[in-house]
Amino acid sequence: MTVAIDVALEREGVGGLETEEMTLNMGPQHPSTHGVLRFVVKADGEVMRRAIPDIGYLHRSIEKISEKVGYHGFMPYTDRVDYVSAMQCNQGWAMACEALAGITVPRRGEYCRVIACELGRIASHLISVGATGMDIGAMTPFTHCIREREKINDLLEELCGARLTFNYMRIGGCAWDLPPGFAARALDFINRFEPLIDELNELLSFNKIFVERMANVAVISAEKAIAYNLVGPNLRGSGVRYDVRRDVPYSVYSEFQFDVPIGTGEKGTLGDSWDRYMVRCREMKECCRIVRQAIEGLPAGPVIAKVPRTFKPPRGEVYVRVEGSRGDMGWYVVSDGSAFPYRTHIRTGSYTAMSIVEELSPGLMIADLVAVIASFDIVAPEVDR
Amino acid sequence: MQQFADGLMEPGGPLAGISTPLGYVLVVALFAFLILNFIMLVAGVTSWVERRVWARIQSRIGPNRVGPQGVLQWLADGIKNIMKEDIVPEQADRFLFKAAPYLTMMGFFGAFACIPFADGVIAADLNVGVLYITAVTALVVVGILMAGWSSNNKWALLGGIRSAAQIISYEIPAGLAVITVVLFTGTLSMQGIVEAQGAAPWKWFLFANPFLFVAFFVFFTAALAEGNRTPFDLPEAESELVAGAFTEYSGLRSLLFFLVEWGNLYVIGAVATALFLGGWRVPAVTDNPVLLGVLQFLVFFGKSYFLVFIAMWVRGTLPRVRVDQLMSLCWKYLVPISFVNMLGAMVFFVLFPEGSPVVRFGMVAFGAALLVYFLSRVVFHIRRARPEFHLSPFA
Repeated sequence: MTVAIDVALEREGVGGLETEEMTLNMGPQHPSTHGVLRFVVKADGEVMRRAIPDIGYLHRSIEKISEKVGYHGFMPYTDRVDYVSAMQCNQGWAMACEALAGITVPRRGEYCRVIACELGRIASHLISVGATGMDIGAMTPFTHCIREREKINDLLEELCGARLTFNYMRIGGCAWDLPPGFAARALDFINRFEPLIDELNELLSFNKIFVERMANVAVISAEKAIAYNLVGPNLRGSGVRYDVRRDVPYSVYSEFQFDVPIGTGEKGTLGDSWDRYMVRCREMKECCRIVRQAIEGLPAGPVIAKVPRTFKPPRGEVYVRVEGSRGDMGWYVVSDGSAFPYRTHIRTGSYTAMSIVEELSPGLMIADLVAVIASFDIVAPEVDR
Repeated sequence: MQQFADGLMEPGGPLAGISTPLGYVLVVALFAFLILNFIMLVAGVTSWVERRVWARIQSRIGPNRVGPQGVLQWLADGIKNIMKEDIVPEQADRFLFKAAPYLTMMGFFGAFACIPFADGVIAADLNVGVLYITAVTALVVVGILMAGWSSNNKWALLGGIRSAAQIISYEIPAGLAVITVVLFTGTLSMQGIVEAQGAAPWKWFLFANPFLFVAFFVFFTAALAEGNRTPFDLPEAESELVAGAFTEYSGLRSLLFFLVEWGNLYVIGAVATALFLGGWRVPAVTDNPVLLGVLQFLVFFGKSYFLVFIAMWVRGTLPRVRVDQLMSLCWKYLVPISFVNMLGAMVFFVLFPEGSPVVRFGMVAFGAALLVYFLSRVVFHIRRARPEFHLSPFA
């Protein structure tokens, strides 16, 4: 994908001096563009006139791959769609295939999925919150977040043997049941982790400098957020209480009690970067609640339904939605009755979040762009797939 | 220093018979050599200390492989950097690009000429010492700006411009805070300022009166900004400007910039110690002048390194301010505060030319209360932390 870059420089005379805008190339190897994003920044000194996102540096044709490897074989590839929180991608693909073939997942399988997904969501939000701090210049919260994320990775490693690309779920359920003692260890972690969120808030979220940097920066109204199709924490940061888990319940989420935190505008304007950041901090607490309920109510039984090895769903198409860590993630799959999907499309939150950056950029400082990218929690592979 | 040189050149001295200018040059070279080695050692070890302190704050371990507890890590890093290729970008202004690190180095090296390490141990006790330090440390900005411009890289240029704006702006509150001190000493000589204070904390300028107390914090904040330390590390702001003015540097030249950063940290601590914390003053516990000198040096070094530690602590805790917030903090808050503070100090000086014991006592009590409150908060937070947060520095 190419971006038409306006190379004609605006020339204007101010006090007889001829000035021109500076075109800055930010990325793809910039330290704080979270992977390989690229922005073409038109700047007037430190103030941006425009920041034009240029995407495609991490395009791996994941959707096309699905047409060649079949339904079962595509599961490991879904890990790579959003490698910061791969569980929800697993679940999205599994749910799409199950919907195509009309398979019902055993209840214990659904509970295992919820536990895995919510732990994965905490891990993803920890990265986001920590990286936001680092982009603002505070190094310490990041390492504290990574420390906690490692513990979640340990738990998920017990579950499926992998720490990043889990490949845990299968069409019809999960690959493995919870290992012995997992529930107790997960509860231990949750009990230890919940107070740490408050500590993190004291260290970073309510820090005066941090608030000054994030509040009132890149304010997005609820209307604009909906118009630009923001999803997940970015949408909720603008004060729209929408969460796929609550509003279009899938899996067993309707059985759990949890709140959907939204931006409050308590430090600045509703929908600013701080609100988007804070939604993630508060969501981690809700994830803890869900994991606790899921572990307490864990039913007995198998974790995976009987699914034939040569999986050939009937002709048809399906669109399922899961609440990924970066919001409403859509999986659109067309089946032509063969063992390979006819077409797959993945709709991701980071991709739409990228589209609003150009709209927000005029008048921001260059340092703010970093904060804005961080507050959107953009993950480069999810943008390009 | 001149007396020292004259002493050496007297008949019977080691340099007897040498022409006077040559003797002076030799002595200056000797002093420069000593100070340069001191700087290398301090800056190097500071880099290791900072990494260890920072690692503790971040619940990591930090470098602990080279030498006992990793204390030689800085040597390993230095050797590695010296052996690296010195890359000059093709479009860069070669001469300025190569000269910039040395100019930066010069600015901060010059400051050491006037730092009083002990009684009589000072390279040059200029009668305008404080003014000289303020002026010569500002030379660093020329080097950074030169590095930013000559790299022919827009990120580097932005870093250089930020650095220039920042250092020049923060010179003003720092200078005003220094003037507040000078008001009470009547001398600009560093040794004179140290000698005007006493060994005990209640005889330090920090607690002499409320105005000097405020001036200390203004000075320390402004000095952090001048030394490009977090939360004012905008010129290099690695998450925004890649590495700011130093983006294109590699090898030894990049090492020199880092050396300046860590060395400057010590200069900040040393100047603040000399101005506000009683410098090298110790009670006369021994008659042996050498022993007393060593003791004075250790006291001075300990106090200034404590301030260095505070700066590391701040760096491990705070995020970075934005460039416009940096400027508004300076011009809307620090400059007016230091101006009012200076005027207040003038009034105080007119009212109590000899200082007021009551005010001094009040300030000491206030300072002690503040310290107790702060330490209780620290203890509270350490107690609340879980045992896996390593509290032992050598775990």
